[in-house]
Amino acid sequence: MTGALRLVENPVDRLARTIEALLVIAPSPLSIEELAAAAEDETERVETALGLLASRYREGRSGIVLEHVAGGYAFRAAREAAEACSRLVERPVQRGLSQAALETLAVVAYLGPVSRPEIARIRGVAADSAVAGLVERGLIAEAGRESEGGAVRYKVTPLFERVFGLSSLSELPRLDDLAEGSDDLRARLEEVAGRRGA
Amino acid sequence: MEAVRDLELDLDAFEGPFDLLLTLVLKEEVGLADVEVAGVVLTFVERLAERESPDLEACGEFLVLMAALLELKARGLFPDEDELAFDDLDPEEAAGELAERLALYRRFKAAAGWLEQRLDTESDRFFRLGPAPLAPVPERPLAPQEPALLATALRALAAEPPEPSLTHLELRFPPVSLFLDRFRAVLRRRRRFVFDSEVGSLSRVEQAVAFLALLELRKAGEIKLGQPAPFEPITVWSAAA
Repeated sequence: MTGALRLVENPVDRLARTIEALLVIAPSPLSIEELAAAAEDETERVETALGLLASRYREGRSGIVLEHVAGGYAFRAAREAAEACSRLVERPVQRGLSQAALETLAVVAYLGPVSRPEIARIRGVAADSAVAGLVERGLIAEAGRESEGGAVRYKVTPLFERVFGLSSLSELPRLDDLAEGSDDLRARLEEVAGRRGA
Repeated sequence: MEAVRDLELDLDAFEGPFDLLLTLVLKEEVGLADVEVAGVVLTFVERLAERESPDLEACGEFLVLMAALLELKARGLFPDEDELAFDDLDPEEAAGELAERLALYRRFKAAAGWLEQRLDTESDRFFRLGPAPLAPVPERPLAPQEPALLATALRALAAEPPEPSLTHLELRFPPVSLFLDRFRAVLRRRRRFVFDSEVGSLSRVEQAVAFLALLELRKAGEIKLGQPAPFEPITVWSAAA
């Protein structure tokens, strides 16, 4: 028996190792509840263990970084390894998103679930091909219909949050803060109209 | 510069010459709402920039075509009901409504810009994209196995299988002449005979060949045939009798 050499096992350490394993095999971010259910442990202890892992897996300390993203926890590569990673893998989801796709994505992210006619009304052009492209990339997905037999509605997926590095949609900036309001715009329109009339 | 109508376009909704796009739009085979006017303008401007001096005629033609396209597009963007709603509005209200719509669009355009920027700053985030989680596979435990038994089973499988028998495929056809001779001999002895009782003891193949021989004899005019009803016994007479 090598009892003298054995370290005293901290139960949180053991849970942290289990969570580490779960995060390695998970295809998408896992919530605290999902981790607690899989580890058969309490959510408070899972949170403590995640804190332990977060300090272990952080930028500058490890090639793997634990992040809180898309409402859960997931591992990603450290930013310093990004160049090497880009030589190894392609990123078809975010590559070559057109202006039309980004605008459609913004409408779905802020207003979702939202239907194609609603998107078209805001953007002033048909949204069919942009929506189809975003669905194919997995950034948005169907979210039921407006009513029975009504238009299909769309919402952003957890992959969207992951690609844009958002822990949740509440991290999006307030729409009102992003651009001038209708009053400012109206004043400008009137100003232009006044100049033309003059 | 070649004619404006030959301008080669590569848009999301359409790829080909400008002329064809106009035709398709007028025939309503391409929805004008899908056509990116800015894309057309950009293509034209790029083509223009390649030239040393601007082709004023082409520019004029382009302006006229684009103005028409924009007017059609603008009309298309307002469904009939909206048009009525706008008719009821006084100019002040209409301006307000327009400003509202524009402001809403500008916000989302700005949000798209924010997303684009974010994509740029997050371009060094790499993570594994896995497939959807697998459903739990029900376990099917195997019964305990004897290695010796398994080896025997494997040996049996490894043995060369016997050649399949093809005997059932080998039909033996006796020559028709055999029956020709036989029937002629019978008719020399008797004036007539019943075909069914004559061949009743033979195999089906032999019966078939015997029937062919009968037809041959009939064709040669050596015999006469009689049958009271279909499937009744066939009686054979010598034609000479």
